[in-house]
Amino acid sequence: MEQRLANAWRMTVNEKKFIETALLSDLRIDGRRPFDYRNLTIRFGREDGSSEVQLGQTHVMGFVTSQLVQPYRDRPNEGTLAIYTELSPMADPSFEAGRPAESAVELGRIIDRGLRESRAVDTESLCVVAGKWVWSLRIDLHILDNGGNLVDAANIAALASLLTFRRPECTLGGEDGQEVIIHAPEAREALPLTVHHLPIAITFAFIGDENTVVIDPSHFEEAVMGGRMTATLNANGDICAVQKAGGEGVIQSVIMQCLRIASVKAVDITRKIEDAVKSNNTERALRKIKRHPPSAVVDVIKAGQKGADNLLEENMEKPKQEIEDTIVSQSDDMDIETRSSNQNESKPRIDKNTSFIGGPSSWDPYSKGVNVDELKASLASRVAALPSEKMDTAPPVEPRVTVTDPPLTSTNAAPSSEENTGAGQQTNKEKTLKDAVKPKHKRKKKT
Amino acid sequence: MEYVSPEGLRLDGRRPMETRQLRAEIGVVSRADGSAVFEMGNTKVIAAVYGPREVQNRSQQINDKALVLCEYSIANFSTGDRMRKPKGDRLSMEISLVIRQTMEECILTHLMPRSQIDIFVQVLQADGGTRSACINAATLALADAGIPMCDLVTSCSAGYLNSTPLLDLNYVEDSAGGPDVIVGILPNLDKVTLLQMDAELQMDTFENVMQLAIEGCKAVANYLREILLEHTKKLESCRGV
Repeated sequence: MEQRLANAWRMTVNEKKFIETALLSDLRIDGRRPFDYRNLTIRFGREDGSSEVQLGQTHVMGFVTSQLVQPYRDRPNEGTLAIYTELSPMADPSFEAGRPAESAVELGRIIDRGLRESRAVDTESLCVVAGKWVWSLRIDLHILDNGGNLVDAANIAALASLLTFRRPECTLGGEDGQEVIIHAPEAREALPLTVHHLPIAITFAFIGDENTVVIDPSHFEEAVMGGRMTATLNANGDICAVQKAGGEGVIQSVIMQCLRIASVKAVDITRKIEDAVKSNNTERALRKIKRHPPSAVVDVIKAGQKGADNLLEENMEKPKQEIEDTIVSQSDDMDIETRSSNQNESKPRIDKNTSFIGGPSSWDPYSKGVNVDELKASLASRVAALPSEKMDTAPPVEPRVTVTDPPLTSTNAAPSSEENTGAGQQTNKEKTLKDAVKPKHKRKKKT
Repeated sequence: MEYVSPEGLRLDGRRPMETRQLRAEIGVVSRADGSAVFEMGNTKVIAAVYGPREVQNRSQQINDKALVLCEYSIANFSTGDRMRKPKGDRLSMEISLVIRQTMEECILTHLMPRSQIDIFVQVLQADGGTRSACINAATLALADAGIPMCDLVTSCSAGYLNSTPLLDLNYVEDSAGGPDVIVGILPNLDKVTLLQMDAELQMDTFENVMQLAIEGCKAVANYLREILLEHTKKLESCRGV
C-alpha cells in the first residue's frame, strides 16, 4: 500500500480527461475498441514448464517446478500447487524490492483462486505414496514489464507453463518396495500434468463518471479507472472465480454483460494457448528426433520389409496375446519403424512407461496399435538386410530394435541370427523394462 | 454430504434463503472515534475507526482526498483449532485490501484532503462469512465516527450446494468446497462494489446466486439502518433535546 502512493506514477488532469472523453466516443488511446484484447504472444523456453507471455506491453514469465514433499495432513493423497508472484522493481516505478506488496499478493490470490478452487489441475494424480510423498508444484510468475493488466497476462503465463510442464516419472522400488525412485527424463519420458480445463482471467476496467467498460486495460487506463473486475472463466462458459475488490460500484446487469463478453474472449484465448502449446510440443519432439541419426536405417528397413513378410507368415501361429504383451514393452526406438507402417490393427496403447523420445508427446505412435506382422517384419528385415549395411554405418547407428521381453525373442523367427545382428544390443536374458533403456544411453553418451 | 434436507432445511435449521441472526452494537471501544460489533450467527467481528486525523506518514499524504487504511486480523482463538497465525499472511493481506477498497468507495474522501482514516477490524469468532461481517462492522463503525459517506456498504455471502442457492453460508457450508459468492452493495444506489467468487459455477446459476446474495445484502442494510437510527435516538435522548 505504501508504494501505491509514494512512487505511483500519476497522470495529469489533461491526460485523464483525454482518456475519459475519448472513451465516450468508443475510442481508446492505443486505437482499440472497448472490447478488443491486445495482441497476445506466447513463447516457450527450451526447458519444460517455462513460458513467456507478452500481452501488448505487458511481459510476464512463468516457470513451473516440482518437488516431492509430504502432503498436508488433511489431504494425504493430493499434491499441492502454490503460486508465487514477483513484481520486479525493474518493471514499474511503483514496484519495490523486498516484501511483496498488496498488489502482488492480490495478483497471486486471483490466479491461485482461479486455478485451485476450480480444480483445474488434477492434484490427486500428483500423489506418489498417500500420506507420504506427493508432488508439490510451484508456479513462479515474474513480471518483467508492466504495461497494464498484469492479472490476465500472469494467468496465461501460469497456464501455458503448466501445460508444458512435465514432471519426472517415479516408481516405487528399493529393498522394501517403499523407496521412491525418480527417473531422469532421459531414462523415462517425463509425464505432463493432468489439466482438466483452462480458467482464463479476463479483466475489465470501469472508467469515468459514466462507468464505461473496457476490456484488458493498459496501464494508462489503469491509472484513471475507478474500478476493476476480473472474471475467470473456462471455455465451457463456467465461471471459476470473480474478483471485484471494491472500487466503483456498478449495476448488476453490467456485471452479467461483462461475464458474457468474458466467456467469448475466454474461448478465444483458450484456443490461442492450446495452439501455442501444440506447436511447442511438435517443436519439442522434433528437437528430440534430431538426436537420431539420419533416416538411412529407416529406408533400409522399409526396403527389406517386403521380403521379410513371407518369412513372418510362418510365425503366425504364435499365440497372439503373448505377442501383444511383448509389443507393449518395446522400447521407444521401435517407433520409427512402426510409423512407416500404416496397416495397423486398432489396438489401444497400453504402455505408458516406455521412454518414448522420438515423437511429439501429444502424438501417440501406438494410437492405431502396432501391427505385429510389421514389427516382426522390421525385426526380420534387420536379420536379412542389415548385417552388411550395418557394419558400414555402424558407429552412428543407434540400436533401432531393443527386444527386452523373453517371450518375443524365444518365439522369434531366427533368434540366433538376430542376436548376431544385434551385436550386443539385444539380450536374451531375463531383463526388465528399465534395463532395456540403459544400454542405449550408455551408448548415447559415448557418441 | 447433505447440506439441504428433503424438508428444505439446512444444517443449522435455516431455510435456504434465510440469513443467520444478526446482532449489532455501536460504540464498544471507548477511545476510538467510532466502533461497532457485528454478529452474524456465530461469526463475531469488532471494528474500530480512527480519524479523520493527521497523516502519520507524510509521504503517504494525498492532497486532494483522505487516505484510507485498513487492517484486518483474525484472533487466534476465533477458529475451531487454535492456531498461531502469522501476521501479514497473504490471505489477511488480501482481505485488508478488499475491505479498504470497498470502504473507500463509500467514504466521501474528497471532503477530507490531507487526512487519514484508519479502520481496524478483528474477527473474534469465525463461523463463515467473516469477510462480509467485517465490511458490515466497518460500515457501522464509520457511521459511528461520523465520517461522511455516500451510502452504507453492506455485504453478504451466498453459495450453491445440493443444487440449491443458499444465503449466508456458515463455516461447514463454506468449507464444503462449493461455490461461494461474496457481494458488497451500496443499497441506496443499488450498485455492486464488491464481488468475489470461488469455484466453478454456470453463468445462469451464478446470476441467481448473485441475486440471492444481493437480496441478503439488502436485508442486512435494513437491519443496519435500524440499528443506526436506534443509536442516534439514544444519543439524542442522552443530550436531553
